[in-house]
Amino acid sequence: MSKLDLMLFEEEYKLLQEIIGRLSKDASAKVVFLVDKNGQQIAAAGDVKSIDATSLASLTAGNVAATDGLAKLIGEKEFSLLFHEGEKDNLHISIVGKRGILVVIFDQNSSLALVRLRVKKASKELQEIFDQVELRAQKELDPGSRFESPFSEITDEDIDRLFGD
Amino acid sequence: MTFINYASREINCKIVYYGPGLCGKTTNIQWIYEQANPEKRGKLVSLATETDRTLFFDFLPLDMGTIKGFKVRFHLYTVPGQVFYDASRKLILRGCDGIIFVADSQRARMEANIESIANLATNLRENGFDIRTIPYVLQFNKRDMPSAASLPDLERLLRFRNEPMVEAVANKGIGVIDTLKAAARQILMELQRA
Repeated sequence: MSKLDLMLFEEEYKLLQEIIGRLSKDASAKVVFLVDKNGQQIAAAGDVKSIDATSLASLTAGNVAATDGLAKLIGEKEFSLLFHEGEKDNLHISIVGKRGILVVIFDQNSSLALVRLRVKKASKELQEIFDQVELRAQKELDPGSRFESPFSEITDEDIDRLFGD
Repeated sequence: MTFINYASREINCKIVYYGPGLCGKTTNIQWIYEQANPEKRGKLVSLATETDRTLFFDFLPLDMGTIKGFKVRFHLYTVPGQVFYDASRKLILRGCDGIIFVADSQRARMEANIESIANLATNLRENGFDIRTIPYVLQFNKRDMPSAASLPDLERLLRFRNEPMVEAVANKGIGVIDTLKAAARQILMELQRA
């Protein structure tokens, strides 16, 4: 497994979920998503069912990656915030640490200022969890680690079954 | 980068289809989309130009079933093949778990194939991957074209690491699933080696 693999355990997931749930309420947002920079959805809160979350995650990551590219072109490290204003709904996208993207969708029941304020606080908390996840992942890479992957016994038959053979 | 969520018991893997312009990357994932059980596939997102050339990427999420009690989900991406979209290609490789290289079998496209593999090697390196070790499958597409090169020729010119090879006619679905399966096998076996 590559050392970059992201492994999320129950307790970390719960904490992340709790933070974005609180953010969704405090910012009067419609939906809040936490996505990783490679386009995978990590957690979501609010009226999640109203949106195709998988496409949203992938497009957000693409958007952030393209904006990162633009930043580097003009000599910036990154643009840590993207804001898209629509007729009814707005999209607030911000970077959390090295690998997270926080997406807040809100309408006239909230405001950009409120969202920015709440996101700032939540980002700090999320960052702490990501740091913990990374620290644990590094410990597990240690040859002396007692962590055992449930995938150590994947067989050819398991893979054939996935394809219905 | 495989994302393993122990809380929701899910594994997410990112597979990228790479290759020169018009080799059939989008055709591969369109065929998978059309054939997949609607309950198991997500929306096919295509960021394309008005003439249907890929501008940024195509994206298809697929639920594959379970392995060791974990739901396996593949995220399939294509890159834009045209040479001048290199900056976008590089971005899409970010965090990928495996590559499917779609080669155009037509003799006239051999140079484009070779250039594209070299470009893949560079872009992988810039994302911290090594083309010699990342899960990798070589698909020879357009086998039905009259000007298709012979298999030994294609192998001699394009194969470099004993990777699995699959012959395909993507617009008819021939070889498409076999290619995906070969990539899935390598990626999941990689998890095993952890």
